[in-house]
Amino acid sequence: MAFHRILRSFTALALITAALLTQIAGCSSKDGDTAQPGTSLTLLNVSYDPTRELYKEVNAAFADDYRRKTGIDVRIEQSHGGSGKQARSVIDGLQADVVSLALGYDIDQIAAKASLLPADWQCRLPCNSSPFTSTIVMLVRKGNPRAIRDWGDLTRQGVSVITPNPKTSGGARWNYLAAWAFAQRNGRDPREFLAALYANVAVLDLGARGSTTTFVQRNIGDVLLTWENEAYLALKEFGADRFEVVVPSISVLCETPVAVVDTVAMRHGTRNAAEAYLQFLYTPQAQDIAARHGFRPRDASVAARYADKFAPLVLVGIDSFGGWPQAQARHFAQGGLFDQLYGGR
Amino acid sequence: MQGLATNHGSAGRVLDPGGGFVRRGLIGLALCFVALFLVLPLVAVFHGAFEKGWRLYLAAIAQPEALAAVKLTLLATAIALPLNLLFGLAAGWAITKFRFRGKNLLVALIDLPFSVSPVIAGLIFVLLFGMQGWFGPWLADHDLRVVFAVPGIVLATVFVTLPMVARALIPLMQDQGHDDELAALSLGASGLQTFWRVTLPNIKWGLLHGVILASARAMGEFGAVSVLSGHIAGRTNTLPLHVEALYNEYQFAAAFAVASLLALFALVTLALKSWVEYRTEGKAS
Repeated sequence: MAFHRILRSFTALALITAALLTQIAGCSSKDGDTAQPGTSLTLLNVSYDPTRELYKEVNAAFADDYRRKTGIDVRIEQSHGGSGKQARSVIDGLQADVVSLALGYDIDQIAAKASLLPADWQCRLPCNSSPFTSTIVMLVRKGNPRAIRDWGDLTRQGVSVITPNPKTSGGARWNYLAAWAFAQRNGRDPREFLAALYANVAVLDLGARGSTTTFVQRNIGDVLLTWENEAYLALKEFGADRFEVVVPSISVLCETPVAVVDTVAMRHGTRNAAEAYLQFLYTPQAQDIAARHGFRPRDASVAARYADKFAPLVLVGIDSFGGWPQAQARHFAQGGLFDQLYGGR
Repeated sequence: MQGLATNHGSAGRVLDPGGGFVRRGLIGLALCFVALFLVLPLVAVFHGAFEKGWRLYLAAIAQPEALAAVKLTLLATAIALPLNLLFGLAAGWAITKFRFRGKNLLVALIDLPFSVSPVIAGLIFVLLFGMQGWFGPWLADHDLRVVFAVPGIVLATVFVTLPMVARALIPLMQDQGHDDELAALSLGASGLQTFWRVTLPNIKWGLLHGVILASARAMGEFGAVSVLSGHIAGRTNTLPLHVEALYNEYQFAAAFAVASLLALFALVTLALKSWVEYRTEGKAS
């Protein structure tokens, strides 16, 4: 019996391999924006970690919409990872027609290091090319046993904080800046405040998803600093009976921008479809999907519908840190403020 | 060989004066170790896989992305194995049967993929074939893609498994010397005949062992492939990468289901090896 099973699985393996080889030989047809109704094309959206679930749904909706309007079948492939790492991959040749990353700085890098899109890419779409935004909130265990209400509570002795490493994670940089903004506006010395906060960090994961898993799955830490959408996803996946979202008094306005990677899309002949895809993100339909996945919509009517989901709070944009290039150089570069206050403990 | 065997026997007696106490202790320790580090994780994988029922298990494996990952993993393995076999045989043959200048260098170089971290191996290929690398722009001009596409994954798999067969063959062939080959040649056999009739039968178990190790490593490789993959779901994710993606999507049961598939491949390889060994031994006696 065992022998037959082995034989059967090997026959299956051989068949699959053969099928794949023929498939590779047969799929060299070129997509073109000359694509006619009835034809199909593929877009690759290279994105950051917490958007997997969002884009799965958005992509299906866009494919329907695009087929109805143009008669062209569009399939959108997804690639997810840490925002900085994904930008690096696009620079090294990952064939992204579209990027949707955690912060503008990472797309700036693609423009600067590989010239795959113009430096002024962020002016091309409405709202700084960010169809939805997010902010940084806190996730605590049910009943909030450590009574954490705001950033100030995170530096208390014995509070264990989970946040990813700002050197590798886009979300972690937003976490850091949100805490900085709180200290600035509450008469605390930001450096001392952040040094005290990071002294309380138990695990410094590489990315936002890693931190969520540490907090939720491995049960480490009293409070997780994370994207609002990531906090809602954790509630949905692991039960609202285990965790609570704490909205602080102040946080950052996280613009998570999108852009067509011109050079790649031109070569693939997918430019029109890629642009239609990004514009679709601003439609009420896509905005509604985004709101359901915990992203703050830009569309006023959709925002009104989800008003009770997104608590009002003071939001500080990246501009108040002098924009990304300056914030990056001052805080997160080698030997920058983060290195000083984290390494110096 | 005979001398060695006797030595082992007497050493055993000297080491074990307490009536099997040491022996039993050592066996127990080994069994505990195997149970803790091999059996327990394996049980955990299958437990996690079936935690939400076999329906979800089947659904996880039948997902298009999972099937694509299976295909890609098998493709990379199917390409890496013959290359490995060819290289391993050639290298083993050259190193053990001939004397030539630079032999020690070759032996050292064969081990390079083992000593280099797989992540570095992946980065090497990005530096060579990436858009900012040496050959990237030329490849792009000719519409060829290596990194973040299937060829890069195959390349990474070949690289990390390259020493497997050679490493299994070299000690064996060194041990056997070349007396048999010399005898065959002096009796008038051609070079090819010597290889097929004398050398190959002598090394077939070593060869099989190397191939099995290589296929296991090829299917399980994570680091190098992760750097070169681009993580496009359904296109450039191998099985280990797909497991990671599922885990990151909070689909823990599905992640374990796909992981169990990977474990199953390993068990099948193992079973195949045992079966072949059993059959051949049966014929010989």
